[in-house]
Amino acid sequence: MNKPAATLPPPHLSHLNSYPRFIWRMMVLATEGNWLFYAWMIGLSAVALVGLNAWAIQVTNGMGVTNMSDHVSWGLYIANFTFMVGLAAGGVMMVIPAYLYHDDDMHDVVIIGELLAIAAIVMCIGFVVVDLGRPDRVWHMLPGIGKFHFPVSMLTWDVIVLNGYLLINLHICGYLLYQRYRGRRPNPKIYVPVVFLSIGWAISIHTVTAFLYQGLGGRPFWNTALLAPRFLTSAFVSGPAFIILALEAIRYLSSYKVGDGAIRILVNIMRVTILINLLMLASEVFTEFYTGGSHTAAARYLYFGLHGFDALVPWIWSSIVLTLLAALLLLCPKVHKHPVMLVTACCFAFAGIWIEKGMGLIIPGFIPSTLHEIVEYTPNGIEWRISAGIWAAGLMIYTLAIRVAMPIFSGEVSLKKDIEDHA
Amino acid sequence: MTDVKKTSGISRRTAVKGIGATLGAAAFAKAIAPLTSWAANQSIDEFLQKHYQELTPAQMQKVLKRLEEDTKKDYGAEVTITDPKPQPGVKFGYALNLSICVGCRKCAQACHVENNHDRKSGNSYIRVLEMKKGSLDIEHGKVDYKGPVPKSDSFYMPVQCQQCDNPPCVDVCPVEATWKEKDGIVAVDYNWCIGCRYCEAACPYHARRFNWTKPEIPQEEITPVQGYLSNRVRPQGVMEKCTFCMHKTRNGELPACLQACPTGARVFGNLLDPESEIRWVLENKRVFVLKEELGTKPSFYYFFDE
Repeated sequence: MNKPAATLPPPHLSHLNSYPRFIWRMMVLATEGNWLFYAWMIGLSAVALVGLNAWAIQVTNGMGVTNMSDHVSWGLYIANFTFMVGLAAGGVMMVIPAYLYHDDDMHDVVIIGELLAIAAIVMCIGFVVVDLGRPDRVWHMLPGIGKFHFPVSMLTWDVIVLNGYLLINLHICGYLLYQRYRGRRPNPKIYVPVVFLSIGWAISIHTVTAFLYQGLGGRPFWNTALLAPRFLTSAFVSGPAFIILALEAIRYLSSYKVGDGAIRILVNIMRVTILINLLMLASEVFTEFYTGGSHTAAARYLYFGLHGFDALVPWIWSSIVLTLLAALLLLCPKVHKHPVMLVTACCFAFAGIWIEKGMGLIIPGFIPSTLHEIVEYTPNGIEWRISAGIWAAGLMIYTLAIRVAMPIFSGEVSLKKDIEDHA
Repeated sequence: MTDVKKTSGISRRTAVKGIGATLGAAAFAKAIAPLTSWAANQSIDEFLQKHYQELTPAQMQKVLKRLEEDTKKDYGAEVTITDPKPQPGVKFGYALNLSICVGCRKCAQACHVENNHDRKSGNSYIRVLEMKKGSLDIEHGKVDYKGPVPKSDSFYMPVQCQQCDNPPCVDVCPVEATWKEKDGIVAVDYNWCIGCRYCEAACPYHARRFNWTKPEIPQEEITPVQGYLSNRVRPQGVMEKCTFCMHKTRNGELPACLQACPTGARVFGNLLDPESEIRWVLENKRVFVLKEELGTKPSFYYFFDE
């Protein structure tokens, strides 16, 4: 190039030219950082590889290497999957204020939530795949070449909504980042309708996942109409909690400005959703224990233990205590001004929901079994390793996504600067 | 940054990245190494095999031959695998007389042997509940009872697949690996199941079993007469269930659990044949089904003599 472009962007630069540059620039960004970034990524890679190795052992020797059984046929993997769907759905809680109420502070950080949705969905898919006895046969589910049992099986609905949500968020994030990189204003016609679609779609992923359990007549613990609404409210607690933690980390570790407004709105959302979540929990517990009868056996097992079996009791009570503490902290009027208090509240809420929407939801569905046998379940080393591996892989994706998105969003990295550098 | 870029040749940063990538790739290969022994046992034919309902008779013959060879190779056993089809005008039903079942669990044991279950897990498609007299609520049942049977204060209720007319397990399967055959039997294509275990969660009768590992059976104990959809040795990682011993009953024999029952508590037959014993039971006894309120419409009935 004999003359560097002074105005941006050069009109002669076609997508054919600038898109590969954009992809390349993202890849370069993703592999560069300070020592903390490298240490974090190497640590996560190590955990992910340990998980991959455990999964390879599981595929080779069979699911018998886990602690699952014919009585408790879903365990830690599906528990994490369920929670993760909520996290993905919760990511959209930044999108609603930004686009529905035109909140400017939110516009700047809304991509943090959308990238979280992408990472969380990838983790969801990971948790489902590691739960399969025959992952080599996943192609049996592909419409056309396999047999897709649509619309009867709720699992096929889940496949559609989860992959759809992934594509929607990839489109929004990819488009916004590319336009910012080129120094262009994103065309609202291309992405705003998709943003609104993503709001409805976020509701659908958690509703469909709840229906997966809710629709089973033989499992009274899940067979309640309150399941889907409870899924949504807890998602709208855990999602914002994680995003606040991510925003605080970005504030602390980088030079990017995160507006107070965004955090204040997220705190306000959590204040409402965490209370609705507790109300629904109380409503469900009341129905179970005031009515009594044999269908409450699972709830009795979960909260108080049944016939001397009580593996989940400490878990669920710690979940309730964590959620209550988080609610109390969040109700403090100035909580958003106190980072330590806020981070504590978010960690408590996140951990509380992880237990409740994970092991606290899945395992009692199987205990007692449909013939009222009690076979307990505690995840073993293989299951913890595989689950940790998927979490590590998800955090890697999220870290890299933010690592790439923030400099492009702030204008620190752009096509214009890249061209000037090379001139 | 800029001076790194301008350096000709390989910069230190690039070199470190290259070493990192190489180490990462090596660690990745090491991590997935256990898969190699598993992959060595998978054949392309098996991987690409079509769904049971899409196999032509000629393709089915090839599949059956391959499965027989695999059993020979894996277990050393000479077996014959066939694919008996449902007979027209037949819908199978089962009835069980709770007044005379003594809870000896011979049925469960016969099932274990006939269906080539893994020896170590002692699996069976049948679970027998010991119930206190005075309640039909299975919450008050016990499966791990010990001591001489029958106990005077108890009655016994064997539970196996109810071959529902409205089976929740079939509805939930995402890949149609399980379906209801024309004679009422709910079948599983062991070569199509992906092992998600959603059907096991959906079944209200605890009737499904998963192959958590590759079944281990001594060569001489393998039942040699096998059916594609029933008692052939199942692969690791797939679901299985009672098929009313399809390989026997579709050829006019009785299920293994009935043959093993010492008291004659079990009645099996064609629900469409008005002259059959099962029809006589349904018409003359007080009959009930398990968990009727769930709307699963079982083809498995229980009755008392009085």
